[in-house]
Order: sequence, then structure tokens, then C-alpha cells
Amino acid sequence: MSVRRLAKEQPESFAFNKKSEAEIKFWLAKYPEAKKASAVIPMLWIAQKQEGWVSEPAIRDIATRLEMPYIRVYEVATFYTMFNLAPVGENLVQVCGTTPCMLRGAEDLISVCKKRIGKQHEISEDGKFTWVEVECMGACANAPMIQLANKDGDHYIEDLDAEKFEALLDDLAAGKKVKFGPHSERNASEPHGTEALTDPSLYDGSKAKPIKLPNTEKEEG
Amino acid sequence: MSDDLRKIIVDGEEVEVPNSFTLLQAAEAAGREIPRFCYHERLSVAGNCRMCLVELVGAPKPAASCAMQVRDMRGGPNGEPPAMNTLSPMVKKAREGVMEFLLINHPLDCPICDQGGECDLQDQSVTYGRTGSRFPENKRAVEDKEMGPIVKTEMTRCIQCTRCVRFITEVAGVPEIGMIGRGEDAEITTYLEQAVTSELSGNVIDLCPVGALTSKPYAFNARPWELKKTETIDVMDAVGSNIRVDNRGPAVLRILPRVHEGVNEEWISDKTRYAWEGLSKQRLDKPYVRENGKLRAASWGEALGVAAEKLSGDASKIGMIAGDLCSAEEMKAAKDLADALGVTSIDCRQDGAKIGGGARQEYLFNGTIAGIEEADAILIVGANPRTEAAIINARIRKTWLHNDTQVGVIGEPVDLTYDYEHVGTSAKDLAGLKKKRSGFIKILKDAKRPMIILGAGALTGEDGGAILRAAGDLAASVGAVSEDWNGFSVLHTAASRVAGLDLGFLPGEGGQDTTGMLSGGMDTVVLLGADEIDMAKLDGAFVIYVGSHGDAGAHRADLILPGAAWTEQDGIFANTEGRVQLAFRSVFPKGEAKENWAIFRALSDRLNKTLPYNNLVELRQKLFADTPVLGGIDHAPGAEGAAEFDAKSIGTDGEVGDTPLGSAVSNFYFTNPIARASEALAACAALNDAPAAVAAE
Repeated sequence: MSVRRLAKEQPESFAFNKKSEAEIKFWLAKYPEAKKASAVIPMLWIAQKQEGWVSEPAIRDIATRLEMPYIRVYEVATFYTMFNLAPVGENLVQVCGTTPCMLRGAEDLISVCKKRIGKQHEISEDGKFTWVEVECMGACANAPMIQLANKDGDHYIEDLDAEKFEALLDDLAAGKKVKFGPHSERNASEPHGTEALTDPSLYDGSKAKPIKLPNTEKEEG
Repeated sequence: MSDDLRKIIVDGEEVEVPNSFTLLQAAEAAGREIPRFCYHERLSVAGNCRMCLVELVGAPKPAASCAMQVRDMRGGPNGEPPAMNTLSPMVKKAREGVMEFLLINHPLDCPICDQGGECDLQDQSVTYGRTGSRFPENKRAVEDKEMGPIVKTEMTRCIQCTRCVRFITEVAGVPEIGMIGRGEDAEITTYLEQAVTSELSGNVIDLCPVGALTSKPYAFNARPWELKKTETIDVMDAVGSNIRVDNRGPAVLRILPRVHEGVNEEWISDKTRYAWEGLSKQRLDKPYVRENGKLRAASWGEALGVAAEKLSGDASKIGMIAGDLCSAEEMKAAKDLADALGVTSIDCRQDGAKIGGGARQEYLFNGTIAGIEEADAILIVGANPRTEAAIINARIRKTWLHNDTQVGVIGEPVDLTYDYEHVGTSAKDLAGLKKKRSGFIKILKDAKRPMIILGAGALTGEDGGAILRAAGDLAASVGAVSEDWNGFSVLHTAASRVAGLDLGFLPGEGGQDTTGMLSGGMDTVVLLGADEIDMAKLDGAFVIYVGSHGDAGAHRADLILPGAAWTEQDGIFANTEGRVQLAFRSVFPKGEAKENWAIFRALSDRLNKTLPYNNLVELRQKLFADTPVLGGIDHAPGAEGAAEFDAKSIGTDGEVGDTPLGSAVSNFYFTNPIARASEALAACAALNDAPAAVAAE
């Protein structure tokens, strides 16, 4: 982590669009009126989903809506590294660099990033990528992995190596849809080459037995 | 919550303390000193510096004593009272660990740090610090932040105690300082490095336990051990904040607050703090006589001769106006001289406020400053306490924050740092309030201890007397005046005012008041540090200015008799609540300037009307004999005599106007000649004006 500052160049103004407004309504409804400052993180997130990053006018707008001092929203935005304080490329590649991923080859992914995209936090020349190294995202069984944030949402892409990763970046650069999840023969985080958990009867409900719940007369199926 | 006493053991010694005490308070009650950085009695508990660790007997880890309450302590297995150790080896080791972490990123620049010599970190590292560092990694460096003309920052020194953040948010009420980033990269800053817009911002300098926030105007001026300290009183407003004036040789180098629970707690306003800068500028250091339109330096003998000649003229055409910074003694000497000469046109109300002359309760802040915290409903009339008395505003905010006190305002709807109901804008709204049935009047009537704060600025108009009557009437009708509570409170803005009214520095029989003197017809007018009047209206009169600063009065004067500023003479001041306090001399008057009372004593000698005192002690004896209330040092009368106080009939009968009630103070930083001479305050004032211009675009 490093010192986080607002971007030098800021837009003149900021306004939430219609889609964002609907989401804001949903989130504000979760908190009592007097405690609406609790919605500050969702609000910042909505702003980031709309613009790709959190700008200074957005911070002020959110503060005004939530009746918070500007500095309080500023504190939150700088505290959480998930908020981008500067514009990012179309695809934000967050490479996990924590120990399990590092042992499984995250450093190769990072060198690909450096070669293909450029410096960390900076937008690539074609405007399509920005990469950052992040701390553990909890997918250690599928190391090494990245999180890809773009217009399709935020998705894990796992079981990578340098070659697969380069191919992935090629596809993204060409505007193709990419496969989310493990880029290996696995479906999820099961052991490699396992036969376990593949029996279809596991999933059709035929193995379920009725059980009696404690302190109830009812039998649950 | 119950606040029962609980028996606990501190270092083997049994003490009984309330359940609500923190361990730190309990340890202090037992006579132990606990080191701390983030904890401060008047701020919320943060618990983030960890310096106050103590050992809880039976607990596996040390506990932060500032953040744990006595009620949460666990007793021993056999019903023994809970025990903590504050001096054990475990505690020492724990605190040494904390100190080592704090010092990892703290620069070793004490020799060039302004906090050196009065630094909490420096002091505590003597006990808990290591000799050397075990940290071979890079040290953290932090960019300095801009916080305005008062606070100088050196953010690498910051230990993230967040006292400044909590002060600005809680006490000052302008949440503009915060901590951004996190972990090693956490930084204290204002939003986008804008200057803090509080009148109390200078207090973060005192609160900062290290040298991260220091005083910009005082930067690199002196070391604390070189300074002579004088405990005295502030005169920048009518609060009478308790201050300490530090000087080296003839120069006053800084002003710091002293603790007085009844007045300023431990805060002072920025104007109080930086008035010292004005003490060395624009000074009148020798007598001047105007000749052919130009001021010429003269000797005291010559100047007094001229003054005596002018003052021996027609007594009905001589006037005296006392300014805002005068001590009781100099007003007493001036008044005695006027009496001896038969001069009746004397006035201590240079703003023309229609107040005084009657019982003391009519013009005092009877509710008292500490009493604000007991009030459950406050109506502020024609005042902006934020600019007129920033310390009192902080008190109102404190009670609004903690006691659910309701506040209403009649006057300008300005930002007071707390929410209030805007009841009206003009005196008509005040007079009509009594007849209303709902709204704020109901809150006032239902309140057990309602308080009406009447700004002196509201009384300066033609209808001042009628407004005073209306306010008194309202106070009486809502039950603000009872036997043990007097909520009728006049908020003065001038430090000299209450003492002036007490000793009767008011027009005598056939005498003119300030407005009268300013409407022409005077031969000679003596201005006793009075600079806030419209000098153009003194047209034709011979003006004798007795004062310390070359401001409006001296500019107009035909004769200047240089006097001492308030730090250069002993003096008695009564604050707005009638609390009489002693100011002490810190340095000597500049150049040939004399103490103000002595000027009048010398003048009386020239006029063959020698005043009956040869020194300040004799003058004070006469003062106390004539005006006994001024002898009650550090006593605020409060509700004394409230039973006999007839609030309904104060002021004068008449119609009140419907012009909006303004504040007596339009520019907080420029209310008197000393403040106007201060560069730091001028910078603050310029900054205050600038954002308004931007916002207006």
C-alpha cells in the first residue's frame, strides 16, 4: 500500500445517473434517516461503478446527500483501497500478490502486467487496462488469480499462468468475452484431477433423508 | 446508569471510586500519574495511542486505562476487589514497547522543533524511551499540510493521536480536520488542505502532544524556558478568558490559555491567542501634539500642559469616552478627574448601547458562563456568540451536544456550529414572542431554566432601551428569573464594559452620552482608548487620545498621551457575567508611555484637582470603597439578588423597530486596535473574506 491521494485532474462536476439513483434508493432504505451516514461505503461504490473511479466532486456530492462533513467521506474514500481515486482503464486487473498466489506464480503475472500494461496504477496506452497488485482475495486454492473489474462486473479469474494470462489480456484487448472462474480443468476449488463430487446423484436430492428438527413436531424434508 | 462507588486496588492501595470512572481517572484519584497522548479530559476517548496501558491483575494483557471503565473490572476469584497495577515491571515494559513504536517514525529533530521543552513525547520518552533505535528500515515521511495562517504543520512528527480531529469536530463544531489513509500512511489533514474556519482553531496547537501542529506566528521565536510567564486575563472580548502571557525581555511572544472552569475551561479564541502580535506594532510610544495638521512628538510636560489647558475650559463642553480595553482603574481615575472638573459628559459605551445605570442584574450575563450548561432552553437575541464571544459559543455548543438543550435565535440566521430554531429577525419578533402560543415560546415556558442571551449589539439603536425592556419582559414572563436562577443574560463584547457600568462611567446630570457627544457641540473630547466611534463626527472638537495604539482615535487626535496596553499594567476587569478578575503586568509600557491611570493622576495635578491617590494600591482602595462589587475577585454573582430583580421594568418604554437585529461584531478578527495591528489576525480575516467571494461566484 502507498499513500493515497485524490487525482490531480478532477472533473468539474458529478451527478449520479438514473440507474445509480435507483441503487442509492435501495441502499438508503436500509438505514434509519438519522443514521444515513452508514450508507457512505455503498454510495462511494455506486459512484465508482458509474464512473470507474471516485472523483472529488463525487465525494462532495455524497457528503451533501448523507449530511456528512466532506472530510468524513474523504477519510472513508482514502481508507479503503477498493476505491479508485484516479481514473482507470476499461479493464481493471487486480493481481493478488499475497503469499499463496506468490508461491504459485503471481510474480509471473505481475511481470506480464508490467510488460503488457505498464506501470501499476497507470492506464495503458490504449486505455484498455490498468493493473494493481492487491492483497489476498481469499481464493488461495485457485492461486494464482486476478480480479477483473470492467463493465461486466467484478469477477475472479483463477488458476492462471503467464501464458493463459497473456491470452486473456489479448481477448480483453480485442473486446471478446472471457471465461470467469478457473482457467483449468476445474469447476471450482476441488482438487486437481479428482473424481470426487462428480456423482450426479449428489445433486438430484435422492440422497436426502428426512430429519427431525430439535424442539419441533415438524419433519423437514 | 448508576454511579455507585466501587472499591478497587491500585498498586496495592485500596481506593473507592465511582463506577463510571475510567481506569485512568481512578489511577489519578489514587494519586498515580498515567502517561497519555490521545486521551484528553475534554474530548471523547479515542484509545489509540496505547501509552496509558496498565496491568489488570488476572488479565492476560495490559489494558488501555483511558478506554476502560471501573465497572468493567473483574474482581478476584474469591471476591477480592479488582486490582490494577500502574507501576509494575509489566506496565513499564508495555509502555516502553508503545513508545518504541511511536518513535520508530518520529523524527529526531527536537533541536529544531518548536515543541521542544514542552513536548509530551519528549517528556515521556525520558521515562519510557530506549536509548537507541532497533529499526533499520526506512522511516516514514509525511508531506506537510496547509491549515491556514495560524497552524504550522510538520506532519512527519505526527503520532496520530487525533486530538486535533476530535477538538475541531466536537468542541469547535467545524468538522474540517480528519485522518485520511490508513496504517502507516495515515495522515492528518484538512479537506483539500483548506484553512480551518474556526475561531478556536489555535487550540489544536496546545492540544497537539508533539510538534506536528505548532504556532505559525510564533515559529522559531523562542524556547519555553527562556520565557517569563505572567498569569493574567484576556481583554479581546468580554469573556475574560484566563491566559498566560509569555514574554522575553520587552517583547510579548505568545499567549496561552489557563484553566478556569467557570470561564474558558481551557480554550481561548484565535483573537486572544494572537493579540500579542499587535502589541509590538502601531504603538504610541511618546506624546504627540498636532501642529498645522501634523503630529509632532512632544515632551510629557508640554503635552500635559496642553491637555490641562483644554480641560480647564467650559466643563459642559468637555466629554470623555472610554474604549473597550480599559481597566477599571483607569476608568476610575478618568471618572474621578471628570467629577473633579464638573464634567458630566462621560460614557463607557462607545457603541452607544442603551444599557446601564440601574441594578447590576440589568446588564450582566446573569446566567453565568458555567450556567449555560444548566440551561435547558436558550434564546439568543441580536447576537452572534460565535464572533462576539467564541468561548461562550463553544459552551452553548457543548450543552447543545450533551444536554439536549434547545436553542433559538432572533437575529441573523448565521452558522453557530449547532442547530437552532430561527425564531425571528427583528426586535418586533422579540416583542411579539410573548404573545405567541406555540413554537419556541412554548419550549422557553416549559423549560426549567430558560436563558435569554441578549447581545449588546442589539441595544445600540434608537430603540435599544425598548429592546432591553422587551427582552427583560420576555425573561420575566417565561420564568427565566426566579429565586435561584437568573437566565436574563446580556452578552457584552467589550472587556471594559461591565466594570465601566459598575463604577458609573456614564453621563451625569445634564451630560451627553456617546451619541450626544458625537452629534457635535463639544470643545474637547478625551478618548480613553476609544477607536470604534465615527471620528468624522467629532468635527471641531479638540481630541485628546489616551491609548496604546495608533488607530482611528490617534489618527484623529489633536493630542496623544501614550498609554499602556493591557499587558503592560496591572488592572481589574469585570467580564460579561460580572466576574471581577485581575490582569497583571507582563512587560513595561513602550517608550515614554505611562500607565493610563497615572496619566489622569498627573493631569489632575496640573489642573490643581489632584486625585486622592498616589499609587495603584491607593487607587484600588478608593475604587473598592466607592464600588464594592469590584472588590469581589473571581466571583460571578449569577442568580444573587434575582428575587429582587424586576426584569419587566428594565430599559425604557417604547416601540421597538422592525429592522433586522445584527451582531455587534462584523469582523471577528478586527474588533479592537490591538487585534487590528496583528498580522496573523489580518491574515485570518483576509482568508475569511476570500471564501465568501468564491462562493458568491
